[in-house]
Amino acid sequence: MNKFEIDNLNLYYGDFHALHNINMEIKGKEVTAFIGPSGCGKTTLLKTLNRMNDLVDGCKVTGKVLFDGEDIFQVQDVNLLRKRVGMVFQKPNPFPMSVYDNIAFGPRTHGIKQKSLLDEVVEEALVKAAVWDEVKDRLHKSALSFSGGQQQRLCIARALAVKPEVLLMDEPTSALDPISTMKIEKLVLNLKKEYTIVIVTHNMQQAARVSDRTAFFFLGELVEFDETSKIFTAPSNKKTEDYVQGRFG
Amino acid sequence: MNLQKDKFFKNGFFCIALVSVVAIVMICSFLFVGGMPALEKIGVMKFLLGTQWRPSSELYGILPMILGSMYVTMGALIFGVPIGILTAIFMARFCPRKLYRFFKPIVELMAGIPSVIYGFFGLVVLVPLVRDNFGGTGNSLLTAALLLGIMILPTIVTVAEAALRAVPESYYEGALALGADHVRSVFFTIVPAAKSGLVAAIILGLGRAVGETMAVIMVAGNQARMPQGLLEGVRTMTTNIVIEMGYATDLHYDALIATALVLFLFIVLLNLSFAYFKGGMFGNG
Repeated sequence: MNKFEIDNLNLYYGDFHALHNINMEIKGKEVTAFIGPSGCGKTTLLKTLNRMNDLVDGCKVTGKVLFDGEDIFQVQDVNLLRKRVGMVFQKPNPFPMSVYDNIAFGPRTHGIKQKSLLDEVVEEALVKAAVWDEVKDRLHKSALSFSGGQQQRLCIARALAVKPEVLLMDEPTSALDPISTMKIEKLVLNLKKEYTIVIVTHNMQQAARVSDRTAFFFLGELVEFDETSKIFTAPSNKKTEDYVQGRFG
Repeated sequence: MNLQKDKFFKNGFFCIALVSVVAIVMICSFLFVGGMPALEKIGVMKFLLGTQWRPSSELYGILPMILGSMYVTMGALIFGVPIGILTAIFMARFCPRKLYRFFKPIVELMAGIPSVIYGFFGLVVLVPLVRDNFGGTGNSLLTAALLLGIMILPTIVTVAEAALRAVPESYYEGALALGADHVRSVFFTIVPAAKSGLVAAIILGLGRAVGETMAVIMVAGNQARMPQGLLEGVRTMTTNIVIEMGYATDLHYDALIATALVLFLFIVLLNLSFAYFKGGMFGNG
């Protein structure tokens, strides 16, 4: 089952041609990793999938991205798209409010008012993000009082609380220590049973550990996209081979 | 050689920086030295809580003026705060860039207009407006509050906008990514995060309103009596000083300085609370 079908996608920031003719299919309930050196367009492509690039002045797109068969550039309600396609950012960005209010922000946005229902959704999201045990006694403390790794899992919980189908993760562990990173990777492997996950990472071992498929980008082009094991052991492109073996990047 | 030069400049700059400190110390001592005799003679309680200000019969109670200042200021906040804060939110998060280039200088210009011009505007436009629509003479608490409400806008807008712009963009993006629309993202993440900066903006505007003299004198009626109502004239501490300073002598003169002392203490209090809230401006609400 393809969750996303990207068809001849080109993206420009003003005069800069950031993505060249991208064609790929992202399968449901799998982890897809985007790798490549800085500035290769992997984050740009990720942010296209929930149209966060709309915020960038002078950003222009041609081509199609089909999400469950529907072109995301034609959808009427971009907020609904973002509800279905959640996002976790590079730097943990909990709101400066309590843990509870952070997690409840999304559900409240989408109309859940009833306290008991909210409680349920908040707990469920925190449990799924494997952070419930650490925060359950401090739900009404500021989310900013937690460690970076906990904050990032809170952000994952916050994204899960709106019940998305896809989770986009933009280098979610680049600001974290190794132990927090390990926890998040474990979490990603658990979450793929229920969610489609696309993860951008600088860390090739991470891509190898968590993803089913890996896409290698270079200078705005999709160089190679295949099963992760194949990308890391027998890539068909020389550029990919050089990159995964650490010869440049 | 270089060390000496360093020292020379360091001391030189220190002396220059001292000028403002010396100024404030001199103002303080002038107020205390000039005001204390009157407070002693009249009695602090009688002075602060006396409801009669009649220098001809040796009655010096400034409660009417204290209340006058407070009511006028509160009225100004009622008009100025919602408009100012919402304008700041608009300018920081909703304003198209082209419009912003037009709005921003206008707000800055508003801050630079001399208060006598505001006063004239109040006298010619607001006074008749209030008189024709609400009755009375038009020289009233309401008119003064309206005018001050306009005058504190640039202060509130400028400080509040800076506070809103200091909020990390990641909060806004985080809210959008959850499917919140622009309005909800702004009002439920950015505005709460800027809370202490917004309070600081309000306090600064409040200080401006308390201290304003010229514009108030021209529209407030200035009767030295307990405030009677929205449409009646009112006198503030600042106007009390200006109006009588020209002819006051002896105890009357000292009583005016004592009024200035009370006003000064009000402002010090406001500045302290401003500093307190500003400290939390980039903090986390």
